[in-house]
Amino acid sequence: MIPELGHFALIIAFAVAIVQSIVPLVGTSKNQTALISLARPAALTQLLFVGLSYAALTHAFIVHDFSVLYVSQHSNLVQPLMYRISAVWGSHEGSLLLWTLILSLWTIAVAVYSKNLPEILMARVLAVMGMISTGFIAFMLFTSNPFERIFPTPLDGNELNPLLQDPGLVLHPPLLYMGYVGFSVAFAFAVAALLGGKLDATWARWSRPWTTVAWSFLTIGIALGSWWAYNELGWGGWWFWDPVENASFMPWLVGTALIHSLASTEKRGVFKSWTVLLAILAFSMSLLGTFIVRSGVLVSVHAFATDPARGVFILGFLVVVVGGSLALYAWRSATVISFGRFQWFSRETALLLNNIIFLTATTAVFVGTMYPLVVDAFGVGKISVGRPYFDTMFSLVGIPLLLLLGIGPSIRWKGDDWSRVVRTYTLFFIVSLVAGLLIPFMVEEKLNLSTGLGLAAALWVALTTLKDLFSRISRKLKLSMSYLGMVLAHFGVAVFVAGVTVTTTYSEEKDLRMVPGSSYNISGYEFRFQGTRKVQGPNYIADEAVIEVWSDGELSGELLPQKRVYSGKSNPMTDASIDKTFTRDLYAALGEELDGGAWSMRVYYKPLIRWIWLGCILMTIGGALAVSDRRYRQTVKNKVLEKNTAAASA
Amino acid sequence: MNRRSRRKVLILAIVFGVAVATVLGLTAFEENLLYYHSPTDVKAGKAPTKHTIRVGGLVVDGSVNRAPDSLKIVFDITDNAESMSVEYTGILPDLFREGQGIVAIGSIQEDGQFVAQEVLAKHDENYMPPEVAAALEASGKSAKGATEHKPQGTSY
Repeated sequence: MIPELGHFALIIAFAVAIVQSIVPLVGTSKNQTALISLARPAALTQLLFVGLSYAALTHAFIVHDFSVLYVSQHSNLVQPLMYRISAVWGSHEGSLLLWTLILSLWTIAVAVYSKNLPEILMARVLAVMGMISTGFIAFMLFTSNPFERIFPTPLDGNELNPLLQDPGLVLHPPLLYMGYVGFSVAFAFAVAALLGGKLDATWARWSRPWTTVAWSFLTIGIALGSWWAYNELGWGGWWFWDPVENASFMPWLVGTALIHSLASTEKRGVFKSWTVLLAILAFSMSLLGTFIVRSGVLVSVHAFATDPARGVFILGFLVVVVGGSLALYAWRSATVISFGRFQWFSRETALLLNNIIFLTATTAVFVGTMYPLVVDAFGVGKISVGRPYFDTMFSLVGIPLLLLLGIGPSIRWKGDDWSRVVRTYTLFFIVSLVAGLLIPFMVEEKLNLSTGLGLAAALWVALTTLKDLFSRISRKLKLSMSYLGMVLAHFGVAVFVAGVTVTTTYSEEKDLRMVPGSSYNISGYEFRFQGTRKVQGPNYIADEAVIEVWSDGELSGELLPQKRVYSGKSNPMTDASIDKTFTRDLYAALGEELDGGAWSMRVYYKPLIRWIWLGCILMTIGGALAVSDRRYRQTVKNKVLEKNTAAASA
Repeated sequence: MNRRSRRKVLILAIVFGVAVATVLGLTAFEENLLYYHSPTDVKAGKAPTKHTIRVGGLVVDGSVNRAPDSLKIVFDITDNAESMSVEYTGILPDLFREGQGIVAIGSIQEDGQFVAQEVLAKHDENYMPPEVAAALEASGKSAKGATEHKPQGTSY
């Protein structure tokens, strides 16, 4: 009964979404206040019904209602409660429902927190978000209904993929979706502005905090996914350039370009149409990401053929959203005039370069991810793009980007004296370059150019960011929250780059065959294998190895990697054990039992790997700080500011 | 330099930078394209030696041989038409077992032995790597499960 209510609620939500996308737009064109003011209640009603539907599916998982196909496929009687709740978004249908729920939440957030938005603009924004919602609910109702029943009802269900039974992965999809869907707000603002033909600095000020929040969620979501892969997959890597990862990375790259471009548009009124284009692009990448991960196209391009309805719908929806918004852009962007002037050496130019670099990176990832799919779809052959391609591309774009990041924030708007900037930073440049090259030289006693440059870049970004901060403090300039947020995020980039460089160069890993009592030395740590024991978990049985780690003749820790067999699954799962500290991780993963009581195992020494995620956390907090800036909450003063910017840039 | 010529220099620099990035990118792309070959291709000598490629197939029952004192392992994979031997040293993925479809990345040595740097058998136990499924279909001996596979999208 309850699943039917859930299904029914979804149908009502669909009807409401249609109303929300059409009626307010009719209102704005006919100038009828009653129709315009329908946008908010419609959005609220939609949230209510999508929420009910979501609750119904969650309920089905909690009470083990295996008559629902989706539940029987992704949970069973022994699955812990936490993983039954998270199983809702464990696969295609349910994750679409979560997507839609999050979209409703963002819509309501816009309706509540943007009280100072003109009614007409608000109506358009909510209508555009309603259209996206209509598309997603239709997709569920017509091709991927999570409430589909199965008869006869199985006594027990399959299990959620054990890989997904990890606290990191409980949070990863919702956070990622908060980011993906969050870009729909910037997209809706852009489309609404194009519809109204009015794009000014206030438009940028309205979209900017939303975009930054979405970007922060996406950053932490991706970082959590990377952290999960490191912990759970037993491969010890933190990024694999897997198409699934790339799908989340592309919106992040465009989103990062967008938040920087919005800065120019808000402060100086320049690059308006470019910013609008980026907003459209960022959301298009989010949609593409959702779909290539969720449609099964990655498993096989021919999966489209096994379920043509899904494939056709996905392509159709992408064409309508991306094509429609681009057509609108082409039609309307001529009316958008950027009036700000700036000299060749200015903050504006620096931000423009930032955008070019980020889009180059996006293109590189896009080509590497999509080209094999296209080749396969046309039946020309089966290829894949190796990791070295991505690594090469990112070191290539990384160098100019990090160099620019160091000086960009201290270059003045409109125009600056380049010799002043060069004078200020020459010393910093030399110091970071020498120190960066010297560190690997002292460790290895030979020149290591790539590691040296990586460390030099990290030092350069850290030092210049701090220098700018301290020079502002000493000049007694007021430090706004958005400035401090930027400083923290940029400092996070430095931490991230240092972590990546050191981990990549100085990690040691070894696949071993160990008998109980044997030991192995790796980077000054002695791993002593004591033996294995059986361990019973809530829904699995495991072989657990006991490995003592000795350093300098003292016992410094114990690693307990497991090989688990989950009930209902025949294949074992590796659960790695990691000894974590700020400066290094020691990592052990258990392979399989060999003859004579021996086990194959993999041990790692990973210096500074925590810094990678620490850097991402700093970027996320930086984003959150930037959003808390007072100017986004002021309503009256906005108008004054607007006049000032208009006067200044005229 | 006056303002206008500076702007020209700036634009030229950007165009130059993007062009360099494109050339280097395409070169890196070309070098890192991994082509897939089925055991039938390899047997027919269609696969290059000493060049990184991907091969795939089902692990032949009873073909898995481990060295007694190291992590070296040799096994056969088949597309049900032809089979080939794969050598690998290291830890195999959890889902590796006889009868399972796998993909291996590595190169054919001068003596004709394929040595893998990486063996992939991810996703769930009902999963069939698409290349393997296609190769099985091409050889006309489609294994059960290969064509019935419906994507569940359980991978993140």
